[in-house]
Amino acid sequence: MIPSSSHGTPGGQGAPARGLRIASEARDAFIVLSPEGDIDLMGSPALRTEITKAQQTGKDLVIDLSKVPYMDSSGLATLVGAMQAARRTRKQITLCGLTDRVRSIFSIARLENVFRIVPTLDDATKPA
Amino acid sequence: MNNGEPIQPGAAPAPQLKLQVLSNPLFLSGVRELVYQLAVRLGFPDEACGQLSLAVDEAICNVIRHGYQRAHDRPIWISFFADGGVADPEHPAVSPTSALRIVIEDEAKQVDLASIRSRNLEEIRPGGLGVHIIKEVMDEVRYEHRHPAGMRLTMLKRRLPDAPLSPHTPSPGRLSSAGGTP
Repeated sequence: MIPSSSHGTPGGQGAPARGLRIASEARDAFIVLSPEGDIDLMGSPALRTEITKAQQTGKDLVIDLSKVPYMDSSGLATLVGAMQAARRTRKQITLCGLTDRVRSIFSIARLENVFRIVPTLDDATKPA
Repeated sequence: MNNGEPIQPGAAPAPQLKLQVLSNPLFLSGVRELVYQLAVRLGFPDEACGQLSLAVDEAICNVIRHGYQRAHDRPIWISFFADGGVADPEHPAVSPTSALRIVIEDEAKQVDLASIRSRNLEEIRPGGLGVHIIKEVMDEVRYEHRHPAGMRLTMLKRRLPDAPLSPHTPSPGRLSSAGGTP
């Protein structure tokens, strides 16, 4: 798995800042993105960039959120935008590994039934 | 949830805690952490602590994006009022706090108050969810113009009298991973 993005790391010297890291991996017919860290206004642009790159491959996309402890509405907006782009190209986005807290914000925003959400990465990458 | 008048001024004219941050998303995680830990110490249950930090996060994001047009060097003030007071440090398990009132102020351009509202959730599109989320997780929400400039958001969340104190103070990692479905 290739860590394709490390958002929030300053260009200067010293210890790197902790930010959202996003690994990207091709798995069979899917691209699996595995963000690690909070998806907020700081991290959402990096996720949007990685999603766009993944969607340009023409494969279905799986986003493993098991290492995302927190998401706010900017993260939701990023995922909704990605889903709309996928629909235009008849591709699928599947979310998996949602923590209770992340799932709760989907619930608050009434988006639980808008996305395909499955428990685990294995569930997400099973052949249809 | 309320978008009208009921939020009453607290008995104490000064906040127990006041914070100034710049409108830079870099500071969001630290503010969330502070709000969560404060709520824990005031005796809010874990789920409510997460909701309070979420509401403040969304409010600050709205100021950054819409108020300051993503400028990163403008001030945002966050004031915390623990209605009913705070626990005696010698008896921290007994919290008298009945509600936490959070006031977020900026000096951004004032907007028509009627324009600040939740959007239709049936319409699936990116953006516009922040106000909805704030109203959903807080008990009372009020926007107003601040004088001489800027906007003021006052949010209140009640603490149930019988709400047990959180059994422990979560670590920074736990702040984000603590569960709970509103």
